Amino acid sequence: MEIKKTSLNKLHQDSQAKFVEFAGYEMPIQYSKGVIEEHKFTRSHAGIFDVSHMGQLFIYGNENLTSDLEKIFPLDLKNLQQNCSKYSFLMNEEAGIYDDLIITKLEDGYLIILNAACKEKDFEILSNILSKKYKMELSNDRALVAIQGPKAVEILNETINGVKNLTFMTGDWFDYNGQKLFVTRSGYTGEDGFEVSILNDLAEEFTKSLIKKGAELIGLGARDTLRLEAGLCLYGHELDLNKTPVEANLKWAISKERLSNGGFVGSDKIINQIKEGAKQIRVGIKPEGRLIAREKTKIFNETELPIGEITSGTFGPSINGPIAMGYVDKEFSKIDTKILLEVRGKKHPANICKLPFYKKSYVKGAN
Amino acid sequence: MSEVKFSKEHEWIILEGDVATIGITQHATEMLGDIVFAELPEKGSNVEKDGTAGVVESTKAASDVYTPVSGEVVDINQAIVDDPSKINEDPEGAAWFFKLKMKDISELDSLMNKEEYDRFAKESSS
Repeated sequence: MEIKKTSLNKLHQDSQAKFVEFAGYEMPIQYSKGVIEEHKFTRSHAGIFDVSHMGQLFIYGNENLTSDLEKIFPLDLKNLQQNCSKYSFLMNEEAGIYDDLIITKLEDGYLIILNAACKEKDFEILSNILSKKYKMELSNDRALVAIQGPKAVEILNETINGVKNLTFMTGDWFDYNGQKLFVTRSGYTGEDGFEVSILNDLAEEFTKSLIKKGAELIGLGARDTLRLEAGLCLYGHELDLNKTPVEANLKWAISKERLSNGGFVGSDKIINQIKEGAKQIRVGIKPEGRLIAREKTKIFNETELPIGEITSGTFGPSINGPIAMGYVDKEFSKIDTKILLEVRGKKHPANICKLPFYKKSYVKGAN
Repeated sequence: MSEVKFSKEHEWIILEGDVATIGITQHATEMLGDIVFAELPEKGSNVEKDGTAGVVESTKAASDVYTPVSGEVVDINQAIVDDPSKINEDPEGAAWFFKLKMKDISELDSLMNKEEYDRFAKESSS
């Protein structure tokens, strides 16, 4: 199959990107400055991320659509205000996770942002459950550009006047060169920032205007170190069909109202797991010294019995040390529990620690 | 001092007397990206030609470091273990990895010179 390119591909090339294939797309892993500089620039200034490979699914409908989506997502969508976003999951009956996503209520329906590798399958699952009652569009003509970091609000507001009034996890339509953009105040770096859904034809010029104001392009390499420092899950690593939101320690994303009555796909399993407790749970892990424990590293307790596995591990540039996330048996999940990580045949000491590794600075609104 | 030689695994080596200094090439660091972890062989240990003699890790992945010749490890560069970013700064100078007392100097013969290595590196990365 031919590799897909986003509408910013030429700009990446012109900016000396190193490319990798990611979910069928040719995506920039880093630019000439490298992962660590790009990471730090995002934390101190503003980084631009091409996330156009992600799915932008528009579903159009009214109250009936809201009720039908409540049978799928563990959210209180009836009481969700227009232009407000929620983090959620698409699950199977066993509460295994098909994908994690952000859903935003629009005037005439919903916008759901899906992971690139999952979007086609998600579309199929959703259209089957909704039995083609609603118009569904997995957009091909829109790019998605994120701008993240402490300078993001100032820079983006110069280009799109008014975005500074959005609060975290809200969005709205804005005018740009006679076209409509949908902007949400959200992201996946642990920084304040925005995601801009924009027509492909305008994406390059729009991104260049942000660069002119001092933002810089950032690759997927730094996106991964940023999200890991922020303690955020990455599908295919922390999350998959063998994990439930309870095990992933994402109970906070399940609406309390929905837990009492259930009625969404996977609700029996989730309600039961919350009552009984999950066997394994996602935790933050800090190896001692400089050792990096990668995905699939085996975790042992102090008496060298296996208790779990690392799902993501790297060097955190803002922490200036190694960090990881993984799943361990519940009884070893307490903060400061001493564990051992087996790397290249040797067991190395590490500690369970609080998430996030890096403190976020979101601009919270009233809701 | 002999001329610098290069291996297909992107190590450089230079001989002084019977002690060889070994490190990874500029090209290798460019391929790896930012190096954030380095592990070196133990002083006094013996390493075999083409065997692993250390590890470097970037933010993205771990890579083995091989030794292009056999010998006894007589010195290691602790400075790059303490601050692995030094490897990106000066890979073919201050950021050498380890020194070996060579057993068989003829092992150097099969390695590439600078010109051959540059061509090899260009071809293998394109």
